[in-house]
Amino acid sequence: MHLPVPTEHYLSLSALLFCIGVAGVVTRRNPILMLMGVEIMLNAANLGFIALGRHFGEVAGQMCAIFVMAIAAGEVAIGLAIIVALFRARETIDVDEVNQLRL
Amino acid sequence: MTPGVTTFWTLAALAVASALLSVASRDPVRSAVALVTHMLILAALFLSLSAQFVAAVQVIVYAGAIMVLFLFAIMLLNLGVPARPDKRQRTGLGVATVLTLGLALAMVGGAVWRAGLSAGKASRVTLSRGGTVEAVGYALYDPELPWLFAFELTSVLLLAAVVGAVVLARRRP
Repeated sequence: MHLPVPTEHYLSLSALLFCIGVAGVVTRRNPILMLMGVEIMLNAANLGFIALGRHFGEVAGQMCAIFVMAIAAGEVAIGLAIIVALFRARETIDVDEVNQLRL
Repeated sequence: MTPGVTTFWTLAALAVASALLSVASRDPVRSAVALVTHMLILAALFLSLSAQFVAAVQVIVYAGAIMVLFLFAIMLLNLGVPARPDKRQRTGLGVATVLTLGLALAMVGGAVWRAGLSAGKASRVTLSRGGTVEAVGYALYDPELPWLFAFELTSVLLLAAVVGAVVLARRRP
C-alpha cells in the first residue's frame, strides 16, 4: 500500500535527531544536560523503530519503543540520583573536574 | 502537497529546531523546556505514524515523568548559567561540532540513498488499527511472542531503579 510519507523520510529525520543528541552529549560539561542529549538520541531511535514497524505492518517496532521508554525512565532516575550524590560529595558536577572514581 | 506531507515537514522542522535549541542553549532550564517541546512534537510524529498508544505513553512518561525529574534535579542543584567557554574549550567545541556534522551527513545520507527498504507490508488495517491499546496489549501479553518475558523483566528493572535511586540519593549520616 502506498504510504503518504515514505519511511525513508522518517528514517532520515531519526538519523538527524540522533546526531543532534550526540552533539549534545559531546559538547556539554554538565552531566544533566548530557543526559538530555541521551534522551534525544533514545527518542530518535524510537522514531526509527516505529517508522519501520509501520513500514512492515508489524507491531514489533512499537514494542521496542515501549521497552526503550521504560528503560529510559529507569536510566534517568539512576543517572540523576548519581549526579545528586556526586554534587553532595564534590560540590561540583562539571565533568572536566570530576575525573576520578574515588572521593 | 497532501495534508499528511505538510504535517510531516512542519513537525520535522519543529522537532529539529527544538532539539537544536535544547542542545545549544546555555541556560539549563531553557534547555529542559526545549526538550519538553521536543518530546511533545515527537508524540505528534508517532501519531502521524498511527502509533496512538506509544504517542500517549510518550506524553505521559517523557513529557510528564522524565522531564519533571530533570527540572527537579536542575533546580535542586541550582547551578545557574555556566561561564562562557574559554579558548581551549572553544577549540574542543569546534572539533566536536565538525565531527558530529560529519556523522550527521553520513547517517542521513545513508538513510536517504542506501536505505534499501523492501516494499512494505503496511495495509489499511495495520495503518488504522496497528497502534491502538488493543493491538499493542494483545501483542505484549501474547505468550507466543517474545515480549511477555521482556515485559516481566522490565518490572524487575524498574524496581531495581527505584531502590537504587533511593539508596544513591540518600543523605549519608
